[in-house]
Amino acid sequence: MAYCADVADVRLTSLTKSFDGVTAVDDVSLHIADHDFMILLGPSGCGKSTLLRMIAGLEDPTAGDVEIGGTRVNDVEPKQRDVAMVFQSYALYPHKTVQANIEFPLKVRGVAKPERAEQARAAAATLGLTEYLGRKPGQLSGGQRQRVALARAIVRRPAVFCMDEPLSNLDAKLRGETRAELVALHARLASTFVYVTHDQVEAMTMGSHVAVMNRGRIEQVGTPQEVYARPASVFVAQFIGTPPMNVLPAGVVEVGPWLVGIRPEHVTVDRSPAAPTEGSSSVEPSDTAATVTLVEHLGHETLVHARVDSGLGQEVPVVVARLDARDPAPAMGERVTLRFPAEHLHRFHADTGRRVDERAAEVGA
Amino acid sequence: MSRRWRDLPFAVAFLAPSLLILSAFVLYPLGRAVWLGHQRCDATGANCRSNGWDQYVDVFRSEEFQQALGVTVRFALLTVPVGLALGIALAVLADKHLRGIGFFRTVFSSTVATSVAVASLMWFFLLNPSVGVLADWIGGVAKNPGLLRDEDTALWAVAVSSIWANLGFTFIVVTAGLQSIPAELYESARVDGAGGWTRFSNVTLPMLGPTLLFAGVVLTSRAFQAYGEFDLLTGGGPNGSTTSLTYLVYGNNSIIKNNVGLQAAVAVLLFVVLILLSALQIRGVERRVHYGN
Repeated sequence: MAYCADVADVRLTSLTKSFDGVTAVDDVSLHIADHDFMILLGPSGCGKSTLLRMIAGLEDPTAGDVEIGGTRVNDVEPKQRDVAMVFQSYALYPHKTVQANIEFPLKVRGVAKPERAEQARAAAATLGLTEYLGRKPGQLSGGQRQRVALARAIVRRPAVFCMDEPLSNLDAKLRGETRAELVALHARLASTFVYVTHDQVEAMTMGSHVAVMNRGRIEQVGTPQEVYARPASVFVAQFIGTPPMNVLPAGVVEVGPWLVGIRPEHVTVDRSPAAPTEGSSSVEPSDTAATVTLVEHLGHETLVHARVDSGLGQEVPVVVARLDARDPAPAMGERVTLRFPAEHLHRFHADTGRRVDERAAEVGA
Repeated sequence: MSRRWRDLPFAVAFLAPSLLILSAFVLYPLGRAVWLGHQRCDATGANCRSNGWDQYVDVFRSEEFQQALGVTVRFALLTVPVGLALGIALAVLADKHLRGIGFFRTVFSSTVATSVAVASLMWFFLLNPSVGVLADWIGGVAKNPGLLRDEDTALWAVAVSSIWANLGFTFIVVTAGLQSIPAELYESARVDGAGGWTRFSNVTLPMLGPTLLFAGVVLTSRAFQAYGEFDLLTGGGPNGSTTSLTYLVYGNNSIIKNNVGLQAAVAVLLFVVLILLSALQIRGVERRVHYGN
């Protein structure tokens, strides 16, 4: 008996998965709302794919619960979860035509032939595949195969779509185009998407929410804007954003027991060298003398890498600043002053790497 | 002078060792067999004189050849499909990540290391009407006169022994084929709602296509060339019911035992039949076999 959810939210409670004593997913709790486009983002090996496979029913949890539409589905077979999955390798049946590939989920569910042919044609039309229906996957390009995999997923209108890095085998241009199409598809289908990727650009551009994972745990859940603007940990701060957030040891920017982070676009580079800090009242406390070590001209912007002069006896930190391409860029070896505006600073606990609440920081200072 | 011609001496020099071996052990015997096929010789193969090339046609039309061809074809039809089906079944059974599965894989593939002579002797004793365990279990015709001694059952009994002996080969080939099927195809089918049998018929079997074509051609060719089991189990009998084409050529009880020319003619005809059959098999099945992406 197929179980069908009217409200297709996904709730994970204390979900854990171990393989031979190695914990891939560690006590993860997450709520994915109905119609949400949830991105599971993290480096390879962080457990995001395992988490997705537990939602799809391809892995059994070691502990914890998976609920879809309010029903616990731990012991429910994948085919009865009303879930579709798109694999990184597309997993198309190479011996079947595009039409037969798309029809397959309907065929195994016993949909009559004329009806399933009609539905397959409709799904193919949605993804611009009509002229390829008679071909085999081997005769298609990577992008077309990817669309066939999507068509096969949407043809039976599942409540939840699980996608495991579906764009990573495409070239950069096609990836950009397909991102936009997936967003449009999500809006049109009004289904719940759970999308695994290690690509922060995909996460930022497609997701309505992002769950950043590291070492089997979720570091932060939020909208892409929240995750970017208020990273909950040093890991999130440095995983999201290109180039990553500068995280400087205590004492470089301000005095306090925490690490201080600032995004490259918030660092300003003053081409006049900072005056000696001691005894000079004209220098702002956040002025930091530095030497430019590398200038990268990217066309629309310029990245300036500068080594902070006063290293405080620690490893000398290099700060990356992002300048508008129209701004005059310093030359390599030039001595400059870096400024870190207080309103753009992020503070992280030196031991745990967790974000320090702003008020707590004020009290602490 | 083109580069190809200038390279010719080197090409010949590099090819010489292979050509020499091929000539001595394949081309010369083949040519001699074809030549012998139109000869009439004495029992020692000497004092040959031409009997005309029509001898091939006469042999092909002879009752003995037709009967042996029938036995051979029936033997192939008995052994190849059953052998393939059993090989697939065992391979699918052993294609699981279970503790101790290696033991079963070893057992299932062990017949590949068993010679035809050993396999035949084993089955000979198992089916022996007076001491054979299997003969005791089966009873009836198996006890009197014995499966290998009854005209109606002898070919079946030899086929069983041959299927058993070839099972290891089929198992290994199919296992290798199974391991090249991507796991995602099964997972995708599972999520799409396919049960075990649907996954087998929609993923496993089609993906095994090239493997099964290969195994089928090899098993057919083996069936047509099988000799040891006929020689050791039945000696072509009873009453010619297990006289295959190879037994007609080599067998001690063969009616043309002492006629090298006729033996050569049968051997060459078997060669031709086998080539045609393999070509037909490959052309016929290949259209429905899918190779990779």
